[in-house]
Amino acid sequence: MKLLIANGYVIDPSQNVNAGRNLLVEDGRVVSLLDRGQPAPKDAEMLDATGLIVAPGFIDMHAHLREPGQEYKETIATGTAAAVAGGWTSVCAMPNTDPINDSPAVTRFIIEQGERADLANVFPIGSITKGGEGRELAEMGEMKLAGIVAVSDDGRPVPSAGMMRRAMEYARGFDLTVVDHCEDRSLVAGGVMHEARWSLILGLRGMPAVAEEIDAVRDCALAKLTGARVHLAHVSTRGALDAVRRAKEIGLPVTCEVAPHHWTLTDEAVAEYDTNTKMNPPLRSPDHVGAIIEGLRDGTIDAIATDHAPHHADEKALEFDQAPFGITGLETAVGLAFDLVKQGVIDLERLVELCSIHPARIFQLKDRGTLRQNAWADITILDPAFRWTFEASRSKSKSRNTPFD
Amino acid sequence: MTFTRKHLLGIRELAAGEITHLLDTAETFRDVSKREIKKVPALRGRTVINLFFEPSTRTRTSFEIAAKRLSADAVNISVATSSVSKGETLMDTARNLEAMSPDCIVLRHSMAGAPYHLAKICNSSIVNAGDGAHEHPTQALLDALTIRERKGRIDGLSVAVIGDILHSRVARSNIYLLTKLGATVRVAGPGTLVPAEFAELVEQGLRIERSVEDAVAGADVVMILRIQRERQDAAFFPSMREYAVHYGLHPEHLKRAAPDAIVMHPGPINRGIEISSEIADGSSSLILDQVTNGVAVRMAVLYLLAGGSRDGFTEEQNGRAKKEKRERKGNKG
Repeated sequence: MKLLIANGYVIDPSQNVNAGRNLLVEDGRVVSLLDRGQPAPKDAEMLDATGLIVAPGFIDMHAHLREPGQEYKETIATGTAAAVAGGWTSVCAMPNTDPINDSPAVTRFIIEQGERADLANVFPIGSITKGGEGRELAEMGEMKLAGIVAVSDDGRPVPSAGMMRRAMEYARGFDLTVVDHCEDRSLVAGGVMHEARWSLILGLRGMPAVAEEIDAVRDCALAKLTGARVHLAHVSTRGALDAVRRAKEIGLPVTCEVAPHHWTLTDEAVAEYDTNTKMNPPLRSPDHVGAIIEGLRDGTIDAIATDHAPHHADEKALEFDQAPFGITGLETAVGLAFDLVKQGVIDLERLVELCSIHPARIFQLKDRGTLRQNAWADITILDPAFRWTFEASRSKSKSRNTPFD
Repeated sequence: MTFTRKHLLGIRELAAGEITHLLDTAETFRDVSKREIKKVPALRGRTVINLFFEPSTRTRTSFEIAAKRLSADAVNISVATSSVSKGETLMDTARNLEAMSPDCIVLRHSMAGAPYHLAKICNSSIVNAGDGAHEHPTQALLDALTIRERKGRIDGLSVAVIGDILHSRVARSNIYLLTKLGATVRVAGPGTLVPAEFAELVEQGLRIERSVEDAVAGADVVMILRIQRERQDAAFFPSMREYAVHYGLHPEHLKRAAPDAIVMHPGPINRGIEISSEIADGSSSLILDQVTNGVAVRMAVLYLLAGGSRDGFTEEQNGRAKKEKRERKGNKG
């Protein structure tokens, strides 16, 4: 089957294209980018993209699809439906499912469920340690053969520097990127929101920003020691960004991502104890939000990821202290990222780098994050003029836990 | 200014005028408890539920007596006898109670923000009787009533607050109330329990002092916070002994305070730890006045939230007084 996406404006920084082009694809692969006047095959189906932006498919590096084990929150089918509705053609599935993705059997199951749903591509991320318990290395080599694209103990950060060192050394042998959720648990100590003025006002236990910074500094130092590729997930603090900036300056293979709620909301949003403002890392104070915007602008931040974390309404109806961390994000992230373009923080090319080119590069997804000849025909089309309001009640996700309703 | 709010969730959101109105109302109720017949019909036919998820003797009894002296029907539910132990969520408990049409639910809960969750789903008025480390508004009101009773004013006073500020809902509510009414609050305690950011809690009138000595210097009021022994495993300070020596209130401290300084404590007190017995039982201590005023403040709060108009109360009072007068006359004749 041939498809011509005609009259659109193609933005593909992977090959320095930023111009009106027609995109021809066939049987799931890119055939070529044609100049506007260039003739296209007669038998190609045509999609008119006048006024629209055509980009390499967006890749969410960080989502919790909850399957296997927590299907009451989300399934791979509903999660990928939300992904596609939100503009993402690929989703990387974090391993903290039940059972955890620490074995090739679970990896294969996730891939099969993704294929069965047949919506977005699903790329599983394997756990760093067995059971995510931070004690013994998981079978990274076997999981890599089964199809994982990275390793992470997201949600239960690797507690000791010694364990993390071994993980990085070992992952390097399989060319796997190590993704870390930076959080020193001894400093967080039961905290439920950012530690600052608002946590004191609300009487909620605080999670200090240095808890993230300390682990980020640790991971950068370990990246230097081991030479492993290290990716810091959902960075939310000035200190952690400074650590990444310094690591990049001396040429370390360290990258990082941010989630949209960390540049759009501050800790003041917690004021009414709405549990849809509870996530980890937490909403931070304005100074940190400013640092995220700076990092998006100056290139310190490599990627935008959703940290889509669906939870059942019953769980979020508990007291603030009791409710689980996390919000959904697959359907709101691209809209919020596009606002950055409108506000002049980043340009369109940078948006495409953040959502597609860099994620593909960081996880080494072959023939993704580009519209080069013979690449997978994963395409995200944006309408820059379209104004829309997100309604959680119409979400494709199984869960509704979002502060952006 | 009147008080037109549906709920009393915290002091932070109240205007100075609303606080003063609550205190003025409480003052008029103080007399009721001094009468032989300690009951007025102000809330006859109204139902007040005291929903307590944390152990409490003083506050629960105070609310219960307040409700009964206003002729409301008071029902007490404490965590040990509730269905919470059967795994019911706070929201479901609230919905079930709500289905029995109470006029007012008084909630004590160990988690900050719990009354806000209730206020969202309940038609009845919610009174926060202490939620985690967030607020304890009626405690601050009764403290203010006690200070006003003794000092005649709040404006311009210097108030020292000593102890575990970080975990104290009493400290928070008092800081809001006192600074809104023009007092200066100076806090002191172990560095682990008095975070530097606390100074930003209010825009003005709050200062963090290095030591208890500095905080009490020239103070008109010294408020001592309770040390919660159960928090000791969290290691915020090395030992009770060390706390008592460095952060407990001793008679020497009071010599640095204003000559007529008063000492307050929300209770229950840990004698010899945060406060020496000499002070607790001494002439400057108003600890029992606080308890007395607690009933008046809670009557005022229940009355303003669950009650009819102030006029109704006065008319009824007047009506009854006239009737009694007539009856007395009749007896004579």
